[in-house]
Amino acid sequence: MKLLTCPVNGTRPLSEFIFGGEFRTAPDQNTCSDADWAAYVHNRQGAPGDKKEWWYHSPSGTWFIAERNTLTDKVSRTYLLADAKKADVKKVAVKKAVVKKPVKESK
Amino acid sequence: MPFRLLKYALKKEHPAPRFFKSLETPKKSYDVVIIGGGGHGLAAAYYLAKDHGITNVAVLEKGYIGGGNTGRNTTIVRSNYLTPEGVNFYDASVKIYEGLSEELDLNLFYSTRGHFTLAHTESAMRTMRWRAEVNKHVGVESRVVGPDEIAKACPQLDLSCSGQAPILGALFHAPGSVARHDGVAWGYARGADGYGAEIYQNTEVLSIDVKNGKVCGIKTNKGYIETKQVLSAVAGFTPRITEMVGLETPIVIHPLQACVTEPMKPWLDTILVSGSLHVYVSQSSRGELVMGSSLDPYEVHSTRSTLDFVEGLTSHMLDMFPFLSNVKVVRQWAGMADMTPDFAPIMGKTPIEGFYLDAGWGTWGFKATPISGKTMAQTIANDSAPDLIHTFRLSRFEDYELTGEKGAASVGH
Repeated sequence: MKLLTCPVNGTRPLSEFIFGGEFRTAPDQNTCSDADWAAYVHNRQGAPGDKKEWWYHSPSGTWFIAERNTLTDKVSRTYLLADAKKADVKKVAVKKAVVKKPVKESK
Repeated sequence: MPFRLLKYALKKEHPAPRFFKSLETPKKSYDVVIIGGGGHGLAAAYYLAKDHGITNVAVLEKGYIGGGNTGRNTTIVRSNYLTPEGVNFYDASVKIYEGLSEELDLNLFYSTRGHFTLAHTESAMRTMRWRAEVNKHVGVESRVVGPDEIAKACPQLDLSCSGQAPILGALFHAPGSVARHDGVAWGYARGADGYGAEIYQNTEVLSIDVKNGKVCGIKTNKGYIETKQVLSAVAGFTPRITEMVGLETPIVIHPLQACVTEPMKPWLDTILVSGSLHVYVSQSSRGELVMGSSLDPYEVHSTRSTLDFVEGLTSHMLDMFPFLSNVKVVRQWAGMADMTPDFAPIMGKTPIEGFYLDAGWGTWGFKATPISGKTMAQTIANDSAPDLIHTFRLSRFEDYELTGEKGAASVGH
């Protein structure tokens, strides 16, 4: 079974999770140009590599961050956003899990 | 009828014909370099030569021609889209497809079957009516039909879908067709080669040189090529190419999987699509059921297959056709779909002079092969995109003028 580790509920089947897209920080809407804002709204870092992503554990309603390589599909760690803001996020590092496709979700 | 057939029937010797020259090392410079030897790239090379007389062209393919998404789709050709711009564009493609076997002198097994998009809910029926009206307005043959007409066209279909999702009606699109997808790539390759374009397989682009906002050359694993015009037609590899020139796009890559059953006697004449059940299916000329489903739900740059996909797809197939329970799935595969937020492609010029993009083909690229080749050739030859693809320009995102085609995607992604 394909597994992913929720920082709150531990390792669970991937079918319980929903992909939430790339983790991004919005530019300041009061100061950024229209072109920069449009780029923020639409553009994505589509090239393969290590990414920070939003994931959602559906049964418990937990949003969290996963660091995953989009070429190898290996998750290096998952943690809550609150923990990411702490100076040292290494403490919340979790064991590696391989991510594969969950039971089909309709978007 | 392809005249070659007659010619070879009368000959005593039948040497295996080569479709294009086997070339190893590219020249030092070309007028145009096309990255990606799929249907789109090869069609662009063909029309550059045929329509515009530009023959000093190299097509660079990292693997083998037609080995990417051209050979991985479920071969459906249709034009029943949602926006008038989209319908016009795909209709132009269907019209070229209809005469393409003759033009390329290669039997593409282009087979017009009629295409039913099944609606299981009132909201789906509403979208079907919407699409039918837009299609009719533009002059494309689509109409909403009831369960009776669906049953007549496909008596094997369980209209109640095991009681799970009864079929209320469908959008019927008469020109809906299937074709032999690798044949399209091979036909365009032979055509382009005949005009003098050069095709290099196993040739990978390592970087693209841009100076003062202009393209000036390409570094490949077979040496450096000088050129002022580059077309990127690489579907699932687009973000890797655009990263080389520092161009940002909305494209993200999701795998799209498909599979085929063992061959059966012909029983399914039409192409059936069910958005609610996430299924599209047709029967190939070999008798296999060719089936596809929705995108994998998260970003991966991989063509790996999963068991979850086959389990999900086949369970929905059994809702529609319970009698298939003993039929075996013999092959499954995946392609990397370059998805855009509005489910429309990104075509035309870019902020980098001489760098042209034919991308964002997600789950809808095969049907557009001829027209995208033709319009991209026009764009390169005139350094200006024709009106037909204005709606697909990259700058539409900056202008917030998206071309919303999600409602016309074959299944709810």
